[in-house]
Amino acid sequence: MSFTVVRTLRPAAFGAFSLLLAAGSAQAVDITGAGATFPNPVYQKWAEAYKAKTGNAVNYQSVGSGAGIKQIEANTVDFGATDKALEEDELKKNDLVQFPAVIGGIVPIVNLPGMKDGELKLDGATLGGIYLGTITMWDDAALKKTNPTLKLPHTAITVVHRSDGSGTTYNFTYYLGAVNADWQDKVGANTAVDWPVGVGGKGNDGVAALVQQTAGSIGYVEIAYALTNKLTYTDMMNHDGVYVEPKLSAFQAAAANADWKSAPNYRLVLANQPGKDSWPITAATFILVHGKQTDAEKGKTVLGFYDWSLKNGQKMAEELLYVPLPESLVKQIEATWAADVKGPDGKPLWP
Amino acid sequence: MSQAALEANQPRIGAHPGRLGNALFGGSAWIFAILVLVLLAGVMISLISGAWPAFQHFGVSFIWTEVWNPNRARYGALAPLYGTVVSSVIAMVIGVPISLGIAIFLTELCPTYLRRPISTAVELLAAVPSIIYGMWGLFALVPLMQKYIEPAIIGSLGNIPLIGDLFQGPPYGIGLFTAGLILSAMVLPYMVSIMRDVFETVPPQLRESAYGLGATTWEVIGSVVLPYSRVGVIGAFMLALGRALGETMAVTFVVGNSYHIMKSILAPGATISSSLANEFAEADGLQLSSLLAEGFLLFVLTFTVIGMARLMLLRLQRKYG
Repeated sequence: MSFTVVRTLRPAAFGAFSLLLAAGSAQAVDITGAGATFPNPVYQKWAEAYKAKTGNAVNYQSVGSGAGIKQIEANTVDFGATDKALEEDELKKNDLVQFPAVIGGIVPIVNLPGMKDGELKLDGATLGGIYLGTITMWDDAALKKTNPTLKLPHTAITVVHRSDGSGTTYNFTYYLGAVNADWQDKVGANTAVDWPVGVGGKGNDGVAALVQQTAGSIGYVEIAYALTNKLTYTDMMNHDGVYVEPKLSAFQAAAANADWKSAPNYRLVLANQPGKDSWPITAATFILVHGKQTDAEKGKTVLGFYDWSLKNGQKMAEELLYVPLPESLVKQIEATWAADVKGPDGKPLWP
Repeated sequence: MSQAALEANQPRIGAHPGRLGNALFGGSAWIFAILVLVLLAGVMISLISGAWPAFQHFGVSFIWTEVWNPNRARYGALAPLYGTVVSSVIAMVIGVPISLGIAIFLTELCPTYLRRPISTAVELLAAVPSIIYGMWGLFALVPLMQKYIEPAIIGSLGNIPLIGDLFQGPPYGIGLFTAGLILSAMVLPYMVSIMRDVFETVPPQLRESAYGLGATTWEVIGSVVLPYSRVGVIGAFMLALGRALGETMAVTFVVGNSYHIMKSILAPGATISSSLANEFAEADGLQLSSLLAEGFLLFVLTFTVIGMARLMLLRLQRKYG
């Protein structure tokens, strides 16, 4: 019951008072979620802060997008998380409601002795060629063209990709398909694809480890993994033909261009967004909850957790180089909750 | 407790456990033994039913098709099957002579003060979790392979006609060969400890008579010890091969996870268990069914290996009476 009280009081005095109330009632509601590894760092941070504020524990298991979808469909968790937004019919079939939670950037990383961050410049066609296996040497004409001043070695390129199914792969291959017709034709976009060349590493950290150890290799990871492992990232040419560095501002620019209003079920891939500052391989990650909740308390807590995180967790997200969702989008998401997420009695759970 | 009750609790040698006791013990032993068969059948049935959609969709050609494309929902098991067999064969080619050498050294040549430390060290190798082998492989062995060992192999063996193709291409460091090397280290302790034990079963009279007749150590090992213990030795190899075929985590780390069959054994590949480890959590529909079909094939493969080992042993036993 304390939850209702907290909720109505939130706008007025959230801080100490609600903490007191929540701590006062011994009935903290624990919820579990599972899915994408890509947003795992920020979800963990949010969960920690949310527990400190409300006493409600959020257990998030970063098991991968596919597993997250399966678990929410099987109703073994209270919410699922996926980097690949589900289609209308997939959502309908399992009565799921989908909304975005945070936006992040995927970056190409290279292991070339002496190369510094952002020194190597790539465009989409070249990156696609490397992953297709048509560009095999670092001093290929295509690479020389985008890097006229760099001294590129005459060594073979070792392509590193994910070996497990992954939302990061989905967004990366979607981008390659958008900028390289050959890629779209021969490989396409999915959480796992038939890689024409290269070696596979398990998880973002597996790819990072392989690139770190293999001279002359190239891979792709979520930006946080590139920074924590001190891997050399590259600049990318974006939709407007400008080379940009993978920074928070570039991810923000890509996110700002997104047209969420006209995306059904928020199904929007942020790859190759227009705008001269936009990072081309930007991706949103999504949350799935059941449209009809069997446990009203838990359903409310899931929404409450994301409501709190979206409104109070922006700084935590930015520290980890994720882009928090804009205010207008948060409003839109909460309108979706009010319309589509219902309790066991059929009444809306939100607000 | 009364004196009588205390006495009743004393174990009495030769006491009759009674009809009921006999029946209970016999019955439960039966149940446990049957349970193994039931479990095996259960695994088999659930694998087949899980794999059925894949076999129905792709037909038997699933086994010899080299494609793994989750995006177009086209699957075939040839590449992982090939990788499984090749990495295990490499493991055996490297592991068998080494383990044979260690076991012979331990039982025939080793000074007593060294026997225990070496035996313990070998047994400790078996206690290392496979994920540790995987991490050690990826972080310690792979860089060595990439910088020194593979370039040397490519430069020497790669130039030999006919078999040169097996040792060519860029030195990735990870690949089937590295996976086989790690596997050889992992199966080594099993082979060594079994072989050491069976070598020790050779009656000392046989050994001593051979030495007494003036045989050299080499001759004793070749004509007395090995023939006497051949069944156990072959059993050790087969147990090791079975383990190598199914090993998962360590291989997944270093095999390269690529679903293409390359000529070179240095190139990245995939094994059945590595592909299961990589994709099971995310798979559904036809992909999940194809993974289960792979699992079924691995089951059949391991079963065949054990079956062949039995046959071989039978024939050997008949030959030597």
